[in-house]
Amino acid sequence: MDSLIALWEWLGTNLIVLQILIKIVVIVAPLMLCVAYFTYAERKLIGYMQVRIGPNRVGPKGWLQPIADAVKLMFKEIVIPTKANKVLFLIAPLLTLGPALAAWAVFPFSDGLVLADLNAGLLYILALTSIGVYGVIIAGWASNSKYAFLGAMRSAAQIVAYEIAMGFALVGVLVAAGSLNLGEIVRAQQSDAGIFGWFWLPLFPLFIIYFISGVAETNRAPFDVAEGESEIVAGFHVEYSGMPFAVFFLGEYANMILISALTALLFMGGWLSPLPASWVDGVFLLGDGIHWLFLKTAFAGFFFLWFRATFPRYRYDQIMRLGWKVFIPITIVWILVVGLMVVYQFAWFS
Amino acid sequence: MKMLSDYIKSLAMLELLKGLRVTGGYMFKKKFTVQYPEEKAPISPRFRGLHALRRYENGEERCIACKLCEATCPAAAITIEVSPPLPDGSRRTSRYDIDLFKCIFCGYCQEACPVDAIVETPIYEYHFENRVDAVMTKSKLLEVGDKHEAELAACIHADGKYR
Repeated sequence: MDSLIALWEWLGTNLIVLQILIKIVVIVAPLMLCVAYFTYAERKLIGYMQVRIGPNRVGPKGWLQPIADAVKLMFKEIVIPTKANKVLFLIAPLLTLGPALAAWAVFPFSDGLVLADLNAGLLYILALTSIGVYGVIIAGWASNSKYAFLGAMRSAAQIVAYEIAMGFALVGVLVAAGSLNLGEIVRAQQSDAGIFGWFWLPLFPLFIIYFISGVAETNRAPFDVAEGESEIVAGFHVEYSGMPFAVFFLGEYANMILISALTALLFMGGWLSPLPASWVDGVFLLGDGIHWLFLKTAFAGFFFLWFRATFPRYRYDQIMRLGWKVFIPITIVWILVVGLMVVYQFAWFS
Repeated sequence: MKMLSDYIKSLAMLELLKGLRVTGGYMFKKKFTVQYPEEKAPISPRFRGLHALRRYENGEERCIACKLCEATCPAAAITIEVSPPLPDGSRRTSRYDIDLFKCIFCGYCQEACPVDAIVETPIYEYHFENRVDAVMTKSKLLEVGDKHEAELAACIHADGKYR
């Protein structure tokens, strides 16, 4: 163990590139595995909600299904439309996947377990999730196809509306926590009230709005107008096949996991245990730890799938109305309420 | 006042929660899926699958080349040619083809047949590797009939009391 630590420190001073690469792999590899099995969970869960059993043929209980899907997509032909802009066409999927992975750099998995402890972590994440949208827009533009272009335009308008609501919801968190550092935001939720000390309770409207905006940001049902398979075939990615399509797919699911994990972090106390700290401090598994973050992320991710199995797609004007005339006013009012609660040191903020 | 209460109701997302409850409830219901190659759905004795020509117990062909099936076939899928009368004076077909690409599996041939010769079997798992194989010739039809005679007789018997 000591020699391993020594080796690690030697890497840090002499081969820092290798050390950074190892750190990236340690985060990205499990994440990719999660993405693969999230698609499996989606197919299985939606199957169950439709009173069928979903994939169960590849491997025991279908556990190898995502691997089979990945292999299939890797060996499929990459079709590039004749008049498409080749460079942009191939960059677009990377632009959706890249930020979804890069955002994890500042993500605190447990107390002190973070790759880059940025003081402006939340700002960094907000910036990166916004960049992801460019992938969708560029894909729609570069495909040189009407359906793809329509999807991109819809996505652009939708993102503008929901980014604002999402940003305001985060402002509420900032006011409550008093820090942009994600670790500090979690620590601000630590109290002896356990689950009732987390921000979801005082910031309840913001919590709901943040999550729904997150669903809209990731272009998931019921906000999947950019994809709109029953109207515009597959929207921005109609022309994609094989690996570029797979990268889009990975990007979408990585984004979903990111939004779920951020919801867990910002509103559901991240790695904190739901039981009061004085009861369970140091107790195995009941105390604070990364497994709580994992459970909370899975809980939020479940809702993404549940929504998809339940709700029909919003009409375009309804999406706009919800974003501009419902979410933004509510968030602004609640920021004011949070501000007053903090100033007068009400309950959670004393 | 009505507007206000509607507004509060829509904010509380009651309808959406109701929807979530429906799908959430179905998640725990018993699943209907039939695991096909291992499990099969039950089929009726009237099932109209692949065709067959039957024989009497003494091995004589039932078909008497009356051409009623050919006449009634709405898809004109059946082609029959009659052979010269046999030494014992009975009529027989020299050719009896059913084109399965034309056939719509309506079962009228079976209905029309006065001697229960042409029948549709409960067989539904079959395939062709060449387009010509889709034409069921007389020999192939008789072969299917010989192979499944017990099953076919049982089906016809089971359905008989409803006719």
